[in-house]
Amino acid sequence: MATEGKPPRLALEGITKRFPGVLANDDVSFSVAPGEIHALLGENGAGKSTLVKIIYGVLQADEGRVLWDGEPVSIANPKAARRLGIGMVFQHFSLFEAMTVLENIALGLDHSFSWRELQQRVGDILKTYDLPLDPNREVHTLSVGERQRIEIVRSLLQSPKLLIMDEPTSVLTPQEVDRLFETLRRLAAEGCSILYISHKLNEIQALCDTATILRGGQVVATCDPREESARSMAEMMIGASLRDVSRKPGTDFGPERLRVTHLSAPGEGPFGVPLKDINLSVRAGEVVGIAGVAGNGQNELLAALVGEIEGAESGNIFLDGVPSIAAHVGDRRRDGMCSVPEERNGHGAVPACSLTDNAVLTARHRMELASHGFIRYGAAEKYAEQVISAFDVKATGPRAPAASLSGGNLQKFIMGREILQKPDVLIVSQPTWGVDAGAAAAIHQALVDLAAAGSAILLISQDLDELLALCDRIAVINGGVLSDMLDVEGISIERVGLLMGGMHGEDAAGNGGDRGEPRHDPLEEQVHAA
Amino acid sequence: MRLRLEPRREASRAMLYGTPVLAVALTVLAGILIFSLMGYDGLAAIYQIFVAPIADPYRWQDLFVKAAPLITIALGLAIGFRANVWNIGAEGQYIVGALAGTGVALATWDMQGYWILPAMVAAGILGGLLWAAIPAFLKTRFNVNEILTSLMLTYVAVQLLYYLMRGPWRDPEGYGFPQTRLFSEWQTLPTVVQGTLVHLGVPVAFFLAIAVWIVLSRTVTGFQVRVVGLAPQAARYGGFSARGTVWLTLLTSGAFAGLAGIFEAAGPFQQMTPQFSVNYGFTAIIVAFLGRLHPLGIVLAGMVLAVSYVGGENAQTALGLPYAATGMFQAMMLFFLLAVDILVRYRLRVVVPADLSRPVEARHPPARQAETGAHVSSTPIDKQRESLSA
Repeated sequence: MATEGKPPRLALEGITKRFPGVLANDDVSFSVAPGEIHALLGENGAGKSTLVKIIYGVLQADEGRVLWDGEPVSIANPKAARRLGIGMVFQHFSLFEAMTVLENIALGLDHSFSWRELQQRVGDILKTYDLPLDPNREVHTLSVGERQRIEIVRSLLQSPKLLIMDEPTSVLTPQEVDRLFETLRRLAAEGCSILYISHKLNEIQALCDTATILRGGQVVATCDPREESARSMAEMMIGASLRDVSRKPGTDFGPERLRVTHLSAPGEGPFGVPLKDINLSVRAGEVVGIAGVAGNGQNELLAALVGEIEGAESGNIFLDGVPSIAAHVGDRRRDGMCSVPEERNGHGAVPACSLTDNAVLTARHRMELASHGFIRYGAAEKYAEQVISAFDVKATGPRAPAASLSGGNLQKFIMGREILQKPDVLIVSQPTWGVDAGAAAAIHQALVDLAAAGSAILLISQDLDELLALCDRIAVINGGVLSDMLDVEGISIERVGLLMGGMHGEDAAGNGGDRGEPRHDPLEEQVHAA
Repeated sequence: MRLRLEPRREASRAMLYGTPVLAVALTVLAGILIFSLMGYDGLAAIYQIFVAPIADPYRWQDLFVKAAPLITIALGLAIGFRANVWNIGAEGQYIVGALAGTGVALATWDMQGYWILPAMVAAGILGGLLWAAIPAFLKTRFNVNEILTSLMLTYVAVQLLYYLMRGPWRDPEGYGFPQTRLFSEWQTLPTVVQGTLVHLGVPVAFFLAIAVWIVLSRTVTGFQVRVVGLAPQAARYGGFSARGTVWLTLLTSGAFAGLAGIFEAAGPFQQMTPQFSVNYGFTAIIVAFLGRLHPLGIVLAGMVLAVSYVGGENAQTALGLPYAATGMFQAMMLFFLLAVDILVRYRLRVVVPADLSRPVEARHPPARQAETGAHVSSTPIDKQRESLSA
């Protein structure tokens, strides 16, 4: 809370930052009081990251001043920022998978401590803030929430006066989010200011004292989030009124279009998660959601369903009743299965190729963009144009390289490319990840419309709100095992959250082991309990 | 004042085409300097190497004859390079192709008929293809790096050549010289221009360039090769098998090298000798990159390298330059090309340090690359390939 008479912990005055062709921050001013939890809210590309990088010394402002405890400072680099007392927890962690928690912490420090001293101090911090984390475990066995705690502990070791959290909850289970909020509140109560970057409005309402809303690089409002509705803040953020996704609740679904029986597949890479005996079915007109924390087999599930694993999977997949486990990617697509992977760049699209080429990539089978081995570039360009106009993709045209599109626009293009093929079954992973609210609403509407037209949709997402808004049934994937299907009507978030914990979360190994999550190998239980 | 490299927002198209020319220019400059330091007349050496072959119309036929195998091999290699399949052993495939064709020639030396030459050519293609199939098998089955296997198989091929020349295939009437008998009239490649050395392999090389151009730019197969090279995961998603692409590209480049080999044996050599290996397979790598992995660029680059070969011979006789000078020239060209390639993605800026009190790190924001969304490619070659298909 702002203390009267004292200068703010951090104040920005007229910060402006230009990149070639973009004005990332335009005369941004706001201040954070000691002990205040201050939200920085904005869509992707609103300038939040640039601003934070300026505060943390990664970038330098072109104009404007940064005041620290009332004194103008020049923060030349992150090390200088840490010396002032600014800590930062990034959205993407930089941890070595094969090393222990303590080793990882030791690697990221500016001062070197003796091993014993470090152990002592880390232990103290874990105890003081009641953070469940075993300093001697190797990182690859940890859940995302636990990994985040490593970064938090690393920051706390420097006794920060301002902690910057960049989108900290995007990969956490609801329970982990609650625990994080407790820690943050306690830090704030001790006088540490927190700059909390997010686009999740309900979290900001639950946690923050003040919110500064950025749009197009400018501050559009500073408000008390508890006095605003989520909707009003969203509209300030987007600068337009929010479009509701309209979905009429359907109970009469068509025949089963996708059926998966006993599907198992090896994990991808050394830290991949193998799929174990997945069973599910999706009917025409239905949207089925797969919830789960990142890295629990979602990528493997999509790859196995689409056919990218090249024959390493076992079990069976039925497309409209036809067994398709042996079919290649192209054959499955011809038979009506389209998909959108999580990663846009280099998986869903080839960044260096034109949109026309990217249309050929997956639409050549169903849209007849190739005949007798030759690509029909005329037809492909027309199809790319069709996608661009139907999905309102902002691009200079079908010949624009995919890399020239913003994340949201590229995602709209990829979604459009798959949806306009009128697939019988559409499998989508993280369709609105890193996408601005306007584009997300458009993508959601397109999915709903596709289902209404009789397609079966399997939606893999880490965003529970998204799943609850769109799906008819939800299952949770955890450690490569899929839970039973839950009807979304009357679903308990608590229960979904617990299912999401499990193997890669502390709940299975520790306190919540018997509350209805899928079973694991006893061996694994031991490893994680150890 | 100092120089700084700044990432460009988009790859420069001007530089994409300009850097090969710049690389040749730098090679010429460095050549003048080095030859002068060695005590030769540097300018005269460059004249002999780069100008004389073009100035003398009588040498033009030599240019085409040298360029034909370089172009043929480089076309095959470029297909693989685009897909990130690095066949470094075209020299071996070239030799084995020639040996396979020679085998047919020796088996039919007392026969007559128009079928003999096509049979030799078919054997040549098959020989190169099979030699390239070994790295392809090892790569797809055991994930063995094809750079190593294809390169090492070259040395096996060279030893095979020496063995056959000294032993089983030695000309019985050749006074013990380690070489095969001369091919018969049914076994030699016809010339296409009367009274010159320009043989059938020359028009075939140009025809192949056009064919490869069409395949790469218009067909699904060409698209596959491009996508596999640029984004392997996207290729898998698009239904292109990585394994299939390794087979396809290695077999194609092997077949092209084998074809070049038998054309060379049945054309200029008209027999097989231990001197057959003149590193065309390695020089073709330079040709492929100098030509930007584009079939038409490869035709031009093949001519440039042919000039350096013919000119190298000129310089040897006219100025007494060592034979190694040619190889050095060609290597410099590749070096300079790889070096100046950075200008496709980066621009050179002159920076005048304005504020000395600021620490240096401030001007090198480490997160800059992530911010522009540029994805990290490992080599300049990758970058070049990306900009190519952009």
